[in-house]
Amino acid sequence: MNSSNWFRPVAASSISGEYDAFFWALVVVCGIVAVGIAIALLYFAIHYRRRSENQLPPQIKVNVPAEVTWIVLPFLFFMGMFGYGAKLYLDIERPPENAVELYVVGKQWMWKIQHPEGAREINELHVPVGQSIRLNMTSQDVIHSFFIPAFRVKQDVLPDRFTTIWFRATKAGQYHLFCAEYCGTKHSGMIGTVYAMDPHDYQGWVDRGAAEGSLSSTGEKMFHQFGCANCHHFDGHGRGPNLQRLYGQTVRISGGGSVIADDTYIRESILDPRAKIVEGFTDLMPTFKGQISEEQIIQLIAYIRAIGPQPVTGASPWIVQPGTTAISGTEPENR
Amino acid sequence: MSESSSLAVREQFATADQQRETATVGMWVFLVTEVMFFGGLFMSHIVYRLLHTAAFDRGSADMNILLGSINTAVLISSSFTMALAVHASQEGKWRRLAGFLFATMLIGLAFLGIKFTEYYQHYQDHKVPGFWFESSGADPGAFQMFFVFYFAMTGLHAIHMMIGIGVLAVLLFRSGLERFTSAYHNPVVIAGLYWHFVDIVWVFLFAIFYLPGLHL
Amino acid sequence: MIGAVEVKSPRSYLDSREGILSWLLTTDHKRIGLLYVFSITAYFLVGGFFALLMRLELLTPTTDLVSPETYNKLFSMHGIIMVWFFLIPSIPTTLGNFLIPMMIGAKDVAFPKLNLLSWYLFNLGGLVTLYALIRGGVDTGWTFYTPFSTSYSTTYVVAAALGIFIAGFGSIITGLNFIATIHRMRAPGMTWFRLPIFIWSHYATSLIFVLATPILAITLLMIGFERVLRVGIFDPALGGDPVLFQHMFWFYSHPAVYIMVLPGMAVISELVPAFSRKPIFGYKAVAYSSLGIAAIGFLVWGHHMFVAGQSIYSAMVFSILSYLVAVPSAIKVFNWTATLYKGSVSWETPMLYAIGFIGLFTIGGMTGLFLAALGIDVHVTDTYFVIAHFHYIMVGGTVMAYLGGVHYWWPKISGKMYPEALAKLSALTVFLGFNLTFFPQFILGYLGMPRRYAAYPEEFQVLNVLSTAGASILGVGYILPLIYLIWSWKYGKPAGPNPWRATGLEWKTPSPPPQHNFETTPVVNCDAYDYEAMKEELELV
Repeated sequence: MNSSNWFRPVAASSISGEYDAFFWALVVVCGIVAVGIAIALLYFAIHYRRRSENQLPPQIKVNVPAEVTWIVLPFLFFMGMFGYGAKLYLDIERPPENAVELYVVGKQWMWKIQHPEGAREINELHVPVGQSIRLNMTSQDVIHSFFIPAFRVKQDVLPDRFTTIWFRATKAGQYHLFCAEYCGTKHSGMIGTVYAMDPHDYQGWVDRGAAEGSLSSTGEKMFHQFGCANCHHFDGHGRGPNLQRLYGQTVRISGGGSVIADDTYIRESILDPRAKIVEGFTDLMPTFKGQISEEQIIQLIAYIRAIGPQPVTGASPWIVQPGTTAISGTEPENR
Repeated sequence: MSESSSLAVREQFATADQQRETATVGMWVFLVTEVMFFGGLFMSHIVYRLLHTAAFDRGSADMNILLGSINTAVLISSSFTMALAVHASQEGKWRRLAGFLFATMLIGLAFLGIKFTEYYQHYQDHKVPGFWFESSGADPGAFQMFFVFYFAMTGLHAIHMMIGIGVLAVLLFRSGLERFTSAYHNPVVIAGLYWHFVDIVWVFLFAIFYLPGLHL
Repeated sequence: MIGAVEVKSPRSYLDSREGILSWLLTTDHKRIGLLYVFSITAYFLVGGFFALLMRLELLTPTTDLVSPETYNKLFSMHGIIMVWFFLIPSIPTTLGNFLIPMMIGAKDVAFPKLNLLSWYLFNLGGLVTLYALIRGGVDTGWTFYTPFSTSYSTTYVVAAALGIFIAGFGSIITGLNFIATIHRMRAPGMTWFRLPIFIWSHYATSLIFVLATPILAITLLMIGFERVLRVGIFDPALGGDPVLFQHMFWFYSHPAVYIMVLPGMAVISELVPAFSRKPIFGYKAVAYSSLGIAAIGFLVWGHHMFVAGQSIYSAMVFSILSYLVAVPSAIKVFNWTATLYKGSVSWETPMLYAIGFIGLFTIGGMTGLFLAALGIDVHVTDTYFVIAHFHYIMVGGTVMAYLGGVHYWWPKISGKMYPEALAKLSALTVFLGFNLTFFPQFILGYLGMPRRYAAYPEEFQVLNVLSTAGASILGVGYILPLIYLIWSWKYGKPAGPNPWRATGLEWKTPSPPPQHNFETTPVVNCDAYDYEAMKEELELV
């Protein structure tokens, strides 16, 4: 582990400096107030100690200016804390445009990670220093929480939906990866290591791991293996909607309403096809619940993203585009 | 609250007025807890209804709107007889009081009879979650969830009805002993508050379970 | 403060009737208060024993004392017992039951039989929970997060939830009883703004009891449905939403935090004036701040879920509301401190606890400000920082206040004085042991040690050893009062009606009080803590 002293964890991400500065500013300000209160208490308790058993001190009931002061001042201080805390939160929660996207599946009791280039790892996460990384995470069973103390980031990982987290490592090294939401017997064993690597080293690591092909090209194989291609034609004449240029678009669903075709919707459509049927189609599609793993779903999503309207967004210098399925002609915008 | 079997003021109170007012405050606070109790279920129902509107509408279409409407009318008429019972107790007419209490109980029992007829129909349709549930069509999980809420909430309401009928039975017995006078009849008033509350809950239950599926 | 009290040595509530049945069937609020003392002390010892085992396990980074399964059950049962069977009932059902009728000049609570029923429901719930414990325990944590609790745990979840469900009705009845009592049972002249702050705080607590507990009941009922019948409510595999559970759980459990701490504030608001011989500074501000905490406390539950997947904007709303609820707490701290100013401060044991409370509550409250700051919360939530924070509020706050209150009213309850020197020593031990136990946990949390870990990376060991050492000191500090208070029940020197020369109505009646508290109903003609009006009676100059 990187060295950190006994009261400060190692700081290795783009936000950890700002986080620590805010944290310690709060420690100092709150510490001054707390020590002030303690001194006042002790000073009053000693200085005004009871001098005689029958003593009746002056009966002060209230002092309105003092009362107003210690209502208004804390309130203003709290609003300042809220404002800065919210700003920091937005920095932590909102990923930058150029973030590379990885997929994470949490399950009792391990973290499975898939890189767009195809590398897969368990309880280890290799990332390049200096590159923003965004993790799209889901759980196969109970709620977990993805926590890297050195990066000052944490996000619960829920079954049946995707949550995201992002960070940019600033210092090469090995850091803890914890599960922070209690998830059963071996909760405290659901820990791993994050390897923040020099970009050059990282490229070498990627090249060794990418033998199986990229995430989206694996997804393309799944697309044929599960028979998706039989109905979801790219010419718009299949029994299922055309999935090309679908990703991120608004889809009108039968029975009214619309939905954005994001990871969660695609996942739901694979597992529970009848939940939201695209307008103009019937509920022919069988469910794949029980037949497909969360990892395979992620591969399919990666493929559908790759053939989406903006496949380049979020792509890293390392991403491998699926080559063969050429975009032919103009397609209807939304299905 | 006050189940005193005599006119005597309980030892913790100074006057009969204080005893009456305290008991009334107690019942209102109790009804507030009941509002929160049902409120938790109503809120979660609303959340899931918004998430799965279509499935919940299909569940609602499986309700027996005829029996449900009859039951609503039945229960509202029981509120009417309960109000008459309270009025009779205020005037100290114990025979009329006993009569209206008895009528309210009978109507309450009729409500439960019709309700259990409906439950039996759901059972025959294999629409009892956890025991025997079959569904066709989209979103079977949400469709079943509609019935989970339906049975949980109407079941809880039915339990409240049974407790209410039990309370009325005690009052009926005591009115037969001529225990209530125009000066002391607060137990009847308080039981009336409870009874009306349970009726009002049903009106909301009818609205959320029976009405949304009418157009299907 | 009151008209006529002619005391002709009436028999006290303790010996007015004899035999075990006279206790088990009593409707006397004072006896019921003592029955509750007995029960919650037993649960506290059980919960404390679990805490001790946990701290011993955490001496080393690996799981060597107990297995991870056992450790998970230990922290779950520690939480369940301490929250529902000690902290929530602690002050309201013991000191509250004993004192509320006396402080407002009433003979008893509004519904004495219901009061007794609440004790039986509480213990029935406790026994059902203990059954779950003996059969093999629960490993869900006290928070019962779904879908782990409904679909994955193989332990006795339903029995534990049922126990809490039953005990919850005891809470509801207690709250209902207090509200009706405070509304309708006040003595002549006891207007709302002459009530001691103790009553205001308990009124606020009771509101939360009756408004929040039903939501917990319904949530636990749904857990039971899903787990037993396998119908979808919270488990996404069955069509439910696990985050809805968190919303419902915290909608109860955050206000429940105020159920735990408002009565502590109630006690401190009595101790500080009594040992400063001054009215509480800013009476109305302190009174209204209790109601403010109760009201805003219902709107902040989402701050437990900043990283649970809710939208950024709802997180912001919950964050700002959480800061609003901190304002009335700050008002109280400043007003307590100001009450000492120019007072006549004496250093008896209850005052030591009160000063300790103010200090520890300040630290607990301020670290709460850290957790309410959205960006800060991301890193420290679900770590030992949170553990330390709420133990500063719950143990440094509520338990200190409870002990202070028990010492302060002990002469009234038992008629005897406790041994002062020994009591001061144990107060100091508790204070030091507490800080040594929990302060290192703030650092552990900031360093990133997650909560609920049976094993942990080695670099966290030093701080964990410190914490365990502190826990053993704290344990001694808790056992001492248990011993000397029981001793003083028999051998302590008689207290007299008003050993502290305090102002409340409870001090106008003999110690221990007669069965109906007062020989004649008191008539109130001055404010609470009005030493000026009572200086002749109390012989003050």
